[in-house]
Parts: sequence; C-alpha cells; structure tokens
Amino acid sequence: MKKLLLASAASALVASAALAGSHSKEVKIGVLLGFTGPLESITPHMAGGAELAMAEVNAAGGILDGTMVTAVRGDSTCVDAAAATAAAERLITSEGVAALMGGDCSGVTGAVLQNVARPNGIVMVSPSATSPALSTAEDDGLFFRTAPSDARQGVVMAEILGERGIKSVAVTYTNNDYGKGLADSFQAAFEATGGKVTLSAAHEDGKADYAAEVGALAAAGGDVLVVAGYIDQGGSGVIRGALDSGAFTTFMLPDGMVGTGLEERFGKEIDGSFGQHPGTDSNGAASFVDLAKDKGFEPTTAFSPEAYDAAALMMLAMQAAGSTKGVDFKDKIMDIANAPGEQIFPGELAKAIALIKEGKDIDYVGASAVELVGAGESAGNYREIEFKDGKITTVKYR
Amino acid sequence: MDLLNALVALSNFVLVPGLAYGSQLALGALGVTLVYGILRFSNFAHGDTMAFGTMTVILITWWFQSLGIHLGPLPTALLALPFGIAITGAVMLGTDRVVYRFYRRKKSDPVILVMVSLGVMFIMNGIVRFIIGPEDQNFADGERFLISARTFREMTGLPEALAIRTSTAITLVTAILVVAALFWFLNRTRTGKSMRAFSDNEDLALLSGINPERVVMVTWLIVAALTTIAGTLYGLDKSFKPFTYFQLLLPFFAAAIVGGLGNPVGAIAGGFVIAFSEVTITYAWKKVATYALPESMAPDSLMQLLSTDYKFAVSFGILLIVLLFKPTGLFQGKSV
Repeated sequence: MKKLLLASAASALVASAALAGSHSKEVKIGVLLGFTGPLESITPHMAGGAELAMAEVNAAGGILDGTMVTAVRGDSTCVDAAAATAAAERLITSEGVAALMGGDCSGVTGAVLQNVARPNGIVMVSPSATSPALSTAEDDGLFFRTAPSDARQGVVMAEILGERGIKSVAVTYTNNDYGKGLADSFQAAFEATGGKVTLSAAHEDGKADYAAEVGALAAAGGDVLVVAGYIDQGGSGVIRGALDSGAFTTFMLPDGMVGTGLEERFGKEIDGSFGQHPGTDSNGAASFVDLAKDKGFEPTTAFSPEAYDAAALMMLAMQAAGSTKGVDFKDKIMDIANAPGEQIFPGELAKAIALIKEGKDIDYVGASAVELVGAGESAGNYREIEFKDGKITTVKYR
Repeated sequence: MDLLNALVALSNFVLVPGLAYGSQLALGALGVTLVYGILRFSNFAHGDTMAFGTMTVILITWWFQSLGIHLGPLPTALLALPFGIAITGAVMLGTDRVVYRFYRRKKSDPVILVMVSLGVMFIMNGIVRFIIGPEDQNFADGERFLISARTFREMTGLPEALAIRTSTAITLVTAILVVAALFWFLNRTRTGKSMRAFSDNEDLALLSGINPERVVMVTWLIVAALTTIAGTLYGLDKSFKPFTYFQLLLPFFAAAIVGGLGNPVGAIAGGFVIAFSEVTITYAWKKVATYALPESMAPDSLMQLLSTDYKFAVSFGILLIVLLFKPTGLFQGKSV
C-alpha cells in the first residue's frame, strides 16, 4: 500500500512537471482577498471579476505573444495582518506570482504593501481598499487602487452641499473606521470650502433608542444632518429619532445609507434629502454585467467591477512594458488607465492588446470608469441622489 | 430670553423621553424587586424574560395583523398583550417547576439561585434568538403621533416643536394603571397581603398557614405580566432587539437597588431617578440655555456633561454611589 502511494505520488509529480513544461510561457497573478472573514460574502464575486479578465486575455491568446495568465488565490482574512502577510509571502515565494490583485481591506493591504510587496518589488492593485491613509503610504510606485479613497467622498459631499447653498450641518457617524474616516474627511473638506460643522458625534450601532444622540445634535443645530452610518443599523435609528422629535427634516446620506430599505422605512418623510454613492453611468458597467453572465459570480456585487479592472490594468501594463516584472510595468499602469487613447471597455481586452502591440495609446475605462489620480487611485465616480415622492432619484453623476 | 421655547425644547428632548423611559424602567425594576423580595434572589434572567414576553406579543401581533384585526389608532400589540402575558406566565411557572423549585426545596444560598438564574438567562437568550432572530423587529402600527412636530409648530407658531408619540402616551397611561393595580393587589387583597407577609418574614408567614407555593406562583405570574408589559411598551416606543433587552438588565437593577431592593415604591422612584439622570446628564443643554438665558449669556459650547456614549455609565455610577453610601436604597429596602 505504501509503495502504491509513493508510486502514485511520484507519477503525479512527473505529470505536473510535464504539464508545467508544456506551458513554458506562463505568468501567475495572485488574487489576495479575504475569502474568510468579514468580507467573505463579497470576495468570491471580486475574485470572479479578476479571473474573468484573465480568462478573457487567455482566450485572446494571452499577453506578450502567448504568455498565459493564471490566477492563484490567497486568503487575506481582511482583518489579520499577520495572516495576510503570510499568504502574500507564500504567493510570491512559492507560487512565484508576478503581481498581486488585492488586498481587499485597507488594514491588511497596507501591511502586505509594506512587508511583502515593496521588499519584493511586486505591483499591487487593490480593488477595494478605501482608507485615506493609503494615499500617502510609502509605496515605491508599486501600489494602485481602482477604488476611490474615502477622502474623495468627503470632497464630493462638500461639493454637493456647496452647490445646494448649505453652510451649516451637524454630523453623526457610526463608531468605526469607516464612519470616523468619512466624517473626518468630510469635515475637513467642508470646512475648507467655508462650511461649518456644528457637531460631529458618533452613534453606536444596534441601540434601540437614539433620543439622546438626536437631542445633542438638535442642540448643536444645522440646516442638514449628515448621517455617515449604516442603513440597517444606527443610521436609520438616528433619522427616525430626528424626524420624530422634529429636530431635522433634511438628511445627507453617504454610501452606507443609500438603499431601497430607506424608501421602505421613511418614504415621503425624508423628501428633499440627498446623498451620493459610488456609481457610474458609463457603458462599461453594463457590458461588464453582460460579460459576467453565466460565469458563476454576481457582477453587481460591490467591488466586483473594480476587481476586473484591477486585473485588466496589470495585464495591459505588462503588455505595454513588454515584461511581467513589477519594476518594469509599474510605470505603465497610469498611462494605460488614463487618457489619451482609444477607450477600452470590458470585453475589449483583446482589442486593447492588439492596439498596444501596434504602439497606439489606450485609455482603459473598464467596468468602473477607471481614472487614476494622485498616487494611483481611482478618482471615483459618484451618483448624486435625491428623495422625491419617497423614491430615490438620480440627480446626476459626478 | 424666551422661556416658552426653552420649556418646549426641554419637554421635547428631556421631560417626555425621560418620563417614558422612566416608566419602562419602573415596570422592569418592579419585577426585579418582587423576585428579590419574595423569592430572595437577584433574577438575572429578567431582561431575557422580558425579551421572551415581548417576542410572544410580537408573534401574536403579527398573527392578528395577518387576520386583519386592528385597534384603530392604537397599536395592535395592546390586543395581543394579554395572550403574551398568559404564555409568558406559563413559561415562568414551567421554569420555576423545572429549575428554581429544586433549589428552593434544598434551601440553597441566594448566590446559587443567582447563578441558576444566569443559566436560565442564557437559555431564554438562545430560545428568543432561535425563534425570532437577533435582528430588530418593528411591530408598532396604528397612529404614530398624538401630536407631531409639524402639527405642534402649526398650532402654536413656535420655532421649537413638541412631539408626543402615541407610544409615549400609551406607556405613561399603562404604567400608571399597572402600578395602581399592583399596589391595590398587594395592599388590599388576601393574596397580596400574604405575599407581603411572606416577604417580610418567611417563617412567621409559614406558621400562620400561608401556602408558600401559592405565593411563589402568584409572584411569577405578576412578574410575567410586568415584564411582558414593560417589554412591549419599550418595544413599541423604541424597537425590539433581543440584545438591547439583555442590556436593560443593568438599568433595571440600578433602579431597583437605588430605590431599595424589595420595595415596590422604591423601584418606581428608582426607575425615574435613573431615567432622568441618564437623560439630563447626556443632554446638550445649549438649546435650552440659549432660549432661557439673556442673549449676552448665551453659551457657545454644547453644555453637555457627558457624551451620549456613556449613558450606561451614568446608571452604573449612580448604582455605585448608592451602594457605597446607602446600601438599603433611597426607600428602606433590603441591603444587598
């Protein structure tokens, strides 16, 4: 029995070596996402998006004249920096990946960038890390993200309020990194435009009663209450309390608060309230959904389009640089992502590769209307919404 | 200076919410105090019994709603309340039969009973989450407001508004009725008197022929009624979530101990003391002060003593102070 096992193991080894030999030209890209942990419900769809882009490139004959792209998944856990670092280390040293699509959550992404990507000269493109801190992190030009920084949403909010002529607001935020980060970046942006934040107070999620919080916000006053919370949590509780006590009637609703649940819960009571969430009217989003049909994942999941774009950007940059080495192609990513050039939408990666071979410029638009700014992060596209007759309506895209 | 507006703002954000919250606490603390006085242990399962009672009321309310039974402007839950009390009462008697009676017969120390009640708490906790789930449940229907903020502004022309929700008014009225009924029962009926006798001196009560099992049974039934009513009122006024009900245990005990454990009057007073200190200490007084003081003295700061995050710290602080300086509570109760 033991001999049989040994024999089969040996033959398997030979077979895999032979297989590897037949694919002599292959490049691996690590897909480092939290397949376990708080984001585990959306990460399979993000990985699906990234792997769809790779399959598309392979179907078109690969990059660099026949180099096939393979995805290797690693688990970032979203919350455990040590585990994410170990996973990234494994991907690079034992799997030999040329680039990393990931990580997903801001904390582990920063850790992997500093501990693994920079020492090894590996390019990372994160589809979903939104922490403003990553904009200024030391990255040797290796780190990019197809998701906008939360600081960007703060600026967009200040712009929206400015256009509506609102000068004074009270802010309440859910007491975690998201809420606090958004509230802080908004306050900074709003005060820079001359606005006044009368009070920025946290609320805890999952309480039955927010009368006390609303009382403090009402005492501080303001034309509008900015609710940087969650729709199924304290955010709605605060709105309920504010409406019941007559403290506020108009609310500004950032991305965590925009959803149909709000229509069901408040309807016409919050007519005139407004807000914004990431969204685009570009054709790319629709063609991505078409492309992903029957591929076993849900393309409308948050950050799934961004993951497709992250993978596509890296492969196109490799093609443009003529190399799969991070140090060679890192400088090409910004060129690929931004104008000038012919616009590239999902499903047109083969065309993009052909154009690059001809030496022509391309402007990768992709599924999430990618436009990289600053240190290589998405400018972010937001859909401004307003409540009319108890329904969420689109004001415009910005 | 605008005293009228100051008064309206004060009522809207302090007096009315404080009264409602105080009544809910008082009803809950009454249950804690009755168990302590008669069964002689601190019932940690109280919050989760409340969740259980409210859950039964919610389920029956939903059933009524699906049958199309409504109470007009009043919430349907009021109609479901008696059924909820009956079911909760049966469950309490069952728990007593299966769990507490064993330890009572053995004359176990109170601390053992406390631990036993902790076990009951976890089981109740699990049952409630198993049946209705850990999420928020909203079961209020009928008219939301007695006076809404908008109507008040239109009626009076004041910039400040006073909103009174139907649930707040129902809470107050029900609490007064329940407390009146309870005191009438304890002071005027034979069973009530035997309960007080049992609480004052168990041996004497037994000598004069009072049936202890009967006293215990009546106590559990009253506690079931009190918790179910308190839980339903809290759920109508705020919202139902099992974890919140579990957390209410702290203010309940704080209220009962501040008032004097085992003393029903104390429980009610304690409930309002805790409620109003939580509300007033975490309230930002800027608005009221701006109206009440002359313009030159109007404050710039929020005038908030403690951030609202520390709400539970207030009841905990009061609990500690009372235990340190007056262990028997404001109204002579039993020392803890």
